[in-house]
Amino acid sequence: MTASDAHRAIDAVWRIESARIIAGLARIVRDVGLAEELAQDALVVALERWPESGVPDNPGAWLMATAKHRAIDLLRRRTLLVRKHEALGREIEALHEPAAPDVDAALDDDVGDDLLRLMFSACHPVLSSEARVALTLRLLGGLTTEEIARAFLVPEPTVAQRIVRAKRTLAAARVPFEVPRGAELAARLSSVLAVIYLVFNEGYSATAGDDWMRPALCEEALRLGRILAELAPEEPEVHGLVALMEIQASRTRARTGPSGEPVLLLDQNRARWDQLLIRRGLAALERAEKLGGAYGPYALQAAIAACHARARTASETDWARIAALYDALAQLAPSPVVELNRAVALAMAFGPAAGLELVDALTSEPSLKRYHLLPSVRGDLLAKLGRFDEARAECARAAALTHNARERDLLLERAASCARAARTNLNQKER
Amino acid sequence: MRFLLIPAPGPKDAKGEADQPIDEQVFAAYMKYNEEMQKAGVLIASEGLQPGATGAHVLFSGGKRTVVDGPFAETKELIAGFWLIEVKSKEEAIEWALRCPVAPGSDEVLEIRQLTGAGDIPAELRAIIAAVAPAWSETFR
Repeated sequence: MTASDAHRAIDAVWRIESARIIAGLARIVRDVGLAEELAQDALVVALERWPESGVPDNPGAWLMATAKHRAIDLLRRRTLLVRKHEALGREIEALHEPAAPDVDAALDDDVGDDLLRLMFSACHPVLSSEARVALTLRLLGGLTTEEIARAFLVPEPTVAQRIVRAKRTLAAARVPFEVPRGAELAARLSSVLAVIYLVFNEGYSATAGDDWMRPALCEEALRLGRILAELAPEEPEVHGLVALMEIQASRTRARTGPSGEPVLLLDQNRARWDQLLIRRGLAALERAEKLGGAYGPYALQAAIAACHARARTASETDWARIAALYDALAQLAPSPVVELNRAVALAMAFGPAAGLELVDALTSEPSLKRYHLLPSVRGDLLAKLGRFDEARAECARAAALTHNARERDLLLERAASCARAARTNLNQKER
Repeated sequence: MRFLLIPAPGPKDAKGEADQPIDEQVFAAYMKYNEEMQKAGVLIASEGLQPGATGAHVLFSGGKRTVVDGPFAETKELIAGFWLIEVKSKEEAIEWALRCPVAPGSDEVLEIRQLTGAGDIPAELRAIIAAVAPAWSETFR
């Protein structure tokens, strides 16, 4: 085995094992940052030894045992320093229990609980949103600081700083290494879900030509979501989020054209949708619904995505159902953007006049003042109603608001065609 | 990256699939392996295959097509199923393959194959595909 072969093998082992090792260590040392450093130490030892000795039969257990020894040493030194024999004696005793080296033990509930605790710690509300994302990718995803930096288009030292500070904040706040219970659980879980979805969207919004690490974030978020779905299988919103991500990811191939231009949902070639991911998404949504979670915010968004996924052609879309789902979403989490989407669905289901009524009500909404999709949608509905003069003005306004050059071209084109239609109308009237 | 893991009998495999009773311990080990990959978020799909004896062969030879129903005298090279996993690298796929359980005394090969993507097919072949199979060509990853 050459050194570079060994390093690649170690990378792979690290990706599979690191989160479980860090989680297991964190339970012992009760400090997520310290646990990560101990795990890193074990990785360094592996990098020194494995190129010569070869990768051991059970590399995960090897890494865990090595890291545990370091933890024991550390705790012993601390014991001598602080002389808190009683308090630490129990911990050291626990450390001498035989390490669990095989698949059986890997499946042990304890490991799952530790991983879940690690997720809750990394996404703790005491941390900023950026810190949660960086720490989650680092501790749960096994990503290097460099990979995280590339994915988020920020300098590596910035990410390194973020992670160091996040670990310090967790330690200073004495955040317990536990799964929150009772009323706290829902809020804390929604923080974990938000972090995973944030990672997904960062990758999903990446465009052609971006570093490949950015789209890889989608896969990373999906993996974390799938892991979480098995760690907390009774939580419907976890499955709702997984369903949403699987279905959105199923469209990755179809959502950009040959030269990287975005292709809108209704214009996408549905043959390019990944049916395997759609099936997985629909299955996850069913899991959420069976657990009584059909009306959670992620499950609702997933259900909307599922309506599109089930339609073989754009014209087969069940817009009435989508409108109803947006209605439910608007009641659960009212937002002008949701209202705008609901208006589009209403227009598709019941005609442009039904949608326009709602869109008109949104024009006074301050948060949508600079939102190009509002005049874009309004222009579209007006054109469908034959009010081409007004439609032209709205399309032109939308073109002025968008930051995307391709979208601007498209909107200006629509404005021009509305202008032509308006002239034709006028000529016909004069005759 | 998606990889297909395909278990097949190895060259020294003496037993035909028909005379292998289901060993519950081995079966449980396989199911635990499934569970482990599922919990790690890498298992995208997996299917088992019915014994080859219940299938059929279509032989293409000398310009002729012949259908032969099972069971077959030659049982080597029969695959029992597959795992489709989504991982970051070939090394990670290998790492998962190394964890596959194995029945005591058996001789098996676990083949690791990456799925092709559009980038793996030369432009001239892609042109042919687009011309003669326009619908299917759109389904490329």
